[in-house]
Amino acid sequence: MRQIVWLLFCREWRLAWRRPGDLLNPLVFFAIVVSLFPLAVGPEPGMLRTMAPGVIWVAALLATLLSLDGMFRSDHEDGSLEQWVLSPHPLSLMVLVKVLHHWLVCGLAMVILAPLFGLMLALPVSVLPVLCLSLLLGTPVLSLLGAVGAALTVGLKGGGVLLALLILPLYIPVLILGTGAIEASLQGMPVAGYALWLGCLAVLSLSLAPVAIAAGLRIGVSE
Amino acid sequence: MNWSFFHKLGSPKWFFDISGRWLPWFTGAGVLLLLAGSVWGLFFAPQDYQQGNSFRIIYIHVPAAFVAQSCYIMLAVAGIVGLVWRMKLAHVALKCAAPIGAWMTFVALVTGAIWGKPTWGTYWVWDARLTSMLILLFLYFGIIALGQAISNRETSAKATAVLAIVGVVNIPIIKYSVDWWNTLHQPATFKITEKPAMPVEMWLPLLLMVLGFYALFTVSLLMRMRVEILRRENRTRWAREALEKML
Amino acid sequence: MNAVTEFLAMGGHGAYVWSSYAITLAVLSLNVLQPWLARRRLVNEEARRRRREMT
Repeated sequence: MRQIVWLLFCREWRLAWRRPGDLLNPLVFFAIVVSLFPLAVGPEPGMLRTMAPGVIWVAALLATLLSLDGMFRSDHEDGSLEQWVLSPHPLSLMVLVKVLHHWLVCGLAMVILAPLFGLMLALPVSVLPVLCLSLLLGTPVLSLLGAVGAALTVGLKGGGVLLALLILPLYIPVLILGTGAIEASLQGMPVAGYALWLGCLAVLSLSLAPVAIAAGLRIGVSE
Repeated sequence: MNWSFFHKLGSPKWFFDISGRWLPWFTGAGVLLLLAGSVWGLFFAPQDYQQGNSFRIIYIHVPAAFVAQSCYIMLAVAGIVGLVWRMKLAHVALKCAAPIGAWMTFVALVTGAIWGKPTWGTYWVWDARLTSMLILLFLYFGIIALGQAISNRETSAKATAVLAIVGVVNIPIIKYSVDWWNTLHQPATFKITEKPAMPVEMWLPLLLMVLGFYALFTVSLLMRMRVEILRRENRTRWAREALEKML
Repeated sequence: MNAVTEFLAMGGHGAYVWSSYAITLAVLSLNVLQPWLARRRLVNEEARRRRREMT
């Protein structure tokens, strides 16, 4: 069991590094969306500071969504997804490996990049750890829930817009809690409550989403 | 417990027969209840001491919101039944109920916005209830869009069932987070639908309207399901005979 | 006559109340009309198909 997880992870990793451009694209998108806002509303630091939590989180949501679109596509096209479904190992575990990899290259990278954008949006340095914490707890939920949508739309043409339609409403609690934590920290209030709730959502989606992803893939592959 | 009822429900023919017998009763009850409720609510119910006559919108806003929310739960239940017991009828119900639920959510949203104008002075306020209804509408759109995007009937039914179940797990989380967000950003606004104590002559018509909305929802659902069943079963003899009677 | 117009105005809130009731009525009837039309379409198709088979 441990072996198959490790093998799958190495495979994902190798596949991803064959085309490093694909790894970078969501992050560049994240950066561009964040920098569009000062251009759109003006560089006044006070306004940027009030908008910063929302801007960074919405950009993170969209970047995750963009990178999710191709999550299962190549595996579906070359038939390896069918092999996964037929293999004796639990499908939910295997998709969990895939989601973990997605989170490492997309979610974690955004967590690392976020303080930079926080500074650009005039957030005080004392808030940056909270920004990272909220993203660290929230992005796994985004990857997991998004993978459910990606699994359900796996064989469909033009799945990108459909995926956004299915998944963005489900992202709302993460958005509210994540921005809430940063706003609370901006006002000097405790953030433990938000962090606990985000952690709660992360654990909940970690335990339930793989089952839904596996069910979605089985349905998609059977078509 | 006698489960034969449940197994019979899985048979499209049985459902077609029994729903045909139920339909006139539900239609009659729905029309009567809605007529009585709206006449009572519009003409005889007393004015609200704060909101005056605009309060009468409650008699459609609240029932529509009730039906919209319970319809989503019904979608998820139908999804579970369809996935676990592989009941075709449940898939038909899921497919047919989703647009009705979306319409009900739309009614709740529009009446809420119209009600907001005399109450808050503007058509749209990011009130917790209205915001949750808006998100519910998006969830319905997602289900309808996914159902239409997949051409294979079986696959589309299963996929929407999974999506409905995922959505229903998320609904309480969405609801609580939106409530929380609302209290953070606009503390203690005037809530339109929360009345501490409604007198009997105000809430009785509301009860009639809620029942009427449910009855009409059932009528629309049964009608849609009957057409869908006839379309799906058009290879079977009973469906051909049923169609023959309609000619 | 006066009482009727006064009632319809609903103390200045008439436009809101009546428009929301009208929209609701429209949506509810649409929801009943739609399956009814679908049924009629199905029956028409069937009738056409039978006529084709007869000839």
